[in-house]
Amino acid sequence: MATRPLSPHLSIWKWGPHMLVSILHRVTGDGMAFVALPVLIWWLAAIAGGPESYATFAHHAGAWYGMVVLVGISWAFFNHMTSGIRHFVMDAGAGYEIDTNKGWSVATTIIGILLTAAFWAAVIYL
Amino acid sequence: MGDGTELGRVRGLGSAHEGEEAWLQQRMTAVGNLLLVSFVAISLVLLPDLSYGSVVGWIKHPVPAVAMAALVVNVFWHARLGLSELVGDYVHETGNKFAALLVINFAAAAGIAFGLFFILKASLGGAAA
Repeated sequence: MATRPLSPHLSIWKWGPHMLVSILHRVTGDGMAFVALPVLIWWLAAIAGGPESYATFAHHAGAWYGMVVLVGISWAFFNHMTSGIRHFVMDAGAGYEIDTNKGWSVATTIIGILLTAAFWAAVIYL
Repeated sequence: MGDGTELGRVRGLGSAHEGEEAWLQQRMTAVGNLLLVSFVAISLVLLPDLSYGSVVGWIKHPVPAVAMAALVVNVFWHARLGLSELVGDYVHETGNKFAALLVINFAAAAGIAFGLFFILKASLGGAAA
């Protein structure tokens, strides 16, 4: 196997929205596993630990770096949610036509960002 | 099934005959996450504030406590499946793959155990908020 040439098409491709949405789905999903789940457990531990441990959590969560992490987690969630719903549609065998596929790839990515903005607007104003 | 090229060794074997259980569980937990995270997120946003008293008062109610417990089990199971898929795609050496899957399974089990313990402690234990 070693000396035979590989077919050249494997390195000839260009970026498309369907590739972006696929990679973002994996990055946000695995990213949440590494970041959001430890934060979730920390938050639960802080609630169980009493007012002082909750105050420590709230102090870090409310600091600028905490807000960066929380906004990042919320974006990862909404991005993963919208592209996940896209996966359900594709599981059903729909949406494989190139234009439809590209359209929904762009749409799910944008809707994920809009939902993140709407969520934080709700946090601030409700 | 010959012992020639890699393609020749797998041709005619059909599918892997495994994996549909994980595929289905990933979808089941995905729907569960959609419902549970939505419920918890909306509940928390609708609280007057996110102070200690408000959050403890919330988690002492049966439905929020059970929803949080279900969320912890569901979300860690979903993450376990997703991370295992990542390992399956990129870690091919048998020993490394086993070690990575071991860590993922232990971490998911620990996350579920600690999560449930903290929820029980917060909702059942100690002084009222």
